[in-house]
Amino acid sequence: MDASINIPEIPIPDELRGTVSITTLDRIYNWGRRSSVWPMFWGLACCAIEMIATATSRYDLARFGMEVMRPSPRQCDLIIVSGTVTKKLIPQIVRLYDQVPEPKYVMAMGACASGGGPFKEGYSVVSGVDQFLPVDVYVPGCPPTPQALLHGFITLHEKIAQQSIKTSPWYGREPIEPLPIPVLGPDLINPRDLPAIQANANRPAEPATTAA
Amino acid sequence: MTESPAPVLLESLEARFSPGARRDDRPGFEGYIVEAARLLDFARVLRDELGYDFLSSVTGVDYLPDGRMESVYHAYRTTGGPGLVFKVQVPRDNPVVPSLVGLYPGAELQERESWDLLGIRYEGHPDLRRILTWDGFYGHPLRKDWQEAYFEEEGKPLKNRWPEGRVYRIEDKVPFHHNVKYPAGWTPEGWVPEGDNALYAALGKISSTDQDAADSMDTDQIVVNLGPQHPSTHGVFRMVVRLDGETIRSLKPVMGYLHRNHEKIGERNTYLMNMPFTDRLDYFCSMSNNFGYALAVEKLMAIRPPERAEYIRVLMAELTRIVNHMSAIGFLLNDLGAFFTPVMYAFEERELILDLFEMTSGSRMMCNYFRFGGLARDLPAGAMERARELVFNRLPRKIDELDRFLTGSEIIRGRCVGVGVLPREKAIAYSQVGPVLRASGVSYDVRRADPYSIYDRLDFDVCVRQNGDVYDRFMIRFDEMRQSLRILEQVVRDMPGGEIQTGKPQYQVRVPAGESYGRVEGPKGELGFYLVSNGKPNPWRYHVRAPSFINLTALEEMCKGNKLADVVVTLGSIDIVLGEVDR
Repeated sequence: MDASINIPEIPIPDELRGTVSITTLDRIYNWGRRSSVWPMFWGLACCAIEMIATATSRYDLARFGMEVMRPSPRQCDLIIVSGTVTKKLIPQIVRLYDQVPEPKYVMAMGACASGGGPFKEGYSVVSGVDQFLPVDVYVPGCPPTPQALLHGFITLHEKIAQQSIKTSPWYGREPIEPLPIPVLGPDLINPRDLPAIQANANRPAEPATTAA
Repeated sequence: MTESPAPVLLESLEARFSPGARRDDRPGFEGYIVEAARLLDFARVLRDELGYDFLSSVTGVDYLPDGRMESVYHAYRTTGGPGLVFKVQVPRDNPVVPSLVGLYPGAELQERESWDLLGIRYEGHPDLRRILTWDGFYGHPLRKDWQEAYFEEEGKPLKNRWPEGRVYRIEDKVPFHHNVKYPAGWTPEGWVPEGDNALYAALGKISSTDQDAADSMDTDQIVVNLGPQHPSTHGVFRMVVRLDGETIRSLKPVMGYLHRNHEKIGERNTYLMNMPFTDRLDYFCSMSNNFGYALAVEKLMAIRPPERAEYIRVLMAELTRIVNHMSAIGFLLNDLGAFFTPVMYAFEERELILDLFEMTSGSRMMCNYFRFGGLARDLPAGAMERARELVFNRLPRKIDELDRFLTGSEIIRGRCVGVGVLPREKAIAYSQVGPVLRASGVSYDVRRADPYSIYDRLDFDVCVRQNGDVYDRFMIRFDEMRQSLRILEQVVRDMPGGEIQTGKPQYQVRVPAGESYGRVEGPKGELGFYLVSNGKPNPWRYHVRAPSFINLTALEEMCKGNKLADVVVTLGSIDIVLGEVDR
């Protein structure tokens, strides 16, 4: 996959190589976007420390243009879900995702965000953030080493380089609906599951479940 | 088992309260069993007459087969020495225990946790709400008859996961595939979520007349939420403050956004399976957490590791202390506004120490290095040279360099001196531990007060500062790093040869029945592990006494009367880590 700016079919003479670039709108658009992805300053758990270590001088994130970590979701492009996603927090995560302006990307960093991780069997853990958010890149590891996280970022850049303005949803005709926000009840209530919950409302009591 | 206090005190306690208090004579157990009605008198005598002024841990245990619950307390003297355990036994279908918050204010958050997870109701608690789960959660999760949605079996290792040669995933057995379980017959129609009403009510009434409205302007008070998504809350931590202008009138911490069910999972795991989970508690200091857990289980098993293993353990623990204090200083300066440059300097040293950890244990952060009776593997070739280079050459210079850059800075002095003051008596009453306690003038360090491993042979000082403000908590971390270097010099110089494991390494360790409380002086304070075993391969009860969680009890006290910007700095100086706070 050719991620450079110049179109390979049209050769540029040697004396003009550094000054002239012949490109398409998609290539220059994606080059600008992928070279300055701004992550949100959003660390949940242990993976956040490796994310911070990736941003420090040894595994510099600034060479990718990503050292600008904005605390406000309105100013960032990428949500790195780094750490275990719990049921108490998932309404806020979905709310934050809705607040990030398009085009936005989600990276599930670590085993817990990808699929629950070591805490999958917990009663207050959401096994994988992809049950609520659309994830673009999964970075496995517990925690992923900074090198693995950098590989994840490069994969995200390659994904961005493949996108096209013609097919992008944020320039499409239909408005993009925000994700429905889950509610904290006796347990987590996903609004997409409401029909299933109502259908199951009259099933017999689960064995060995004690009321408060 | 902690040793019992002098026999003279024993007799007098039991005689005074008999039959309200008696020795716990179950095999492997220790301490006193106190009746609920006499608990407050017992605690008052302990605190005022016998000098046990520091209540370290409050937790609960569910004894389902016996039909009762226990509320377990560990108390210590700030002058040092082993601790005193006392328990209250209540019937399981109506567990009510008097609250100790009036005598020991540090019990506040721990009693809330015991109510939340076990259902023990503490009478007299000022604000008994759920803390780690949310208001409206169904059930008390740590009870033995409460099954989580992905429940398969009571204890691991799990039976064959491929019955009849067919693989199944646990999600296939759970309704909605989302790991949720609703009470029978519950429907979302017409149901209203509880939300945060109880939390906002606990903040206190919003009044427009307060003590020092000296200029009698008709002002109003507002409630502001800080977090859980906030650049400086050190993780997903939320504070709700009631403000009068910019001055804080009341503050409530809200946690549980990273509640990962460590204790419930711990009851399903075997003892060795729990070791990597302890790595993830205080994720900066995985070696320290491993140390505490290994000590707790070794107390039950009554074994001690060989000499070389003890020295390597101390090497790792003290290097971890330096890692943690460096990071804490970096993040405190982040909170002050020096965004990221001090972190860059601090993390450079952290990277070098993590290289040593990776060389030895295989992983940078989640080391999983300690075993019961020793260590997982020996130091590889080159590790000692690297440690020597770090301890004798690089770290002293770099700590001095950071000190030179930061300590005299006008901005740090102006923003940190006199902010977030915690006086000495309050620090003890609120069960503070670690640098927070020592910066308030209390010279209590578990390595000196109740020595474990080889610390009684090592030569070091306990760092104490007197003012109890943010600046002292900042400076005491430099002091502690220098003392750690002193310990490291002795350890590196005197490292003996020999084995690193007592007995054969085993997957399924045999732990006799009983209880034990193993504690270490982690970088954030006293980290304790309370274990109850019934002889099976899985623990019956596994509780972590988390320093960051209990240090937050004093947050409101430290922040009242200060400005909103000081809250961020004060929280940074307590140095919390959410993995520990929420477990």
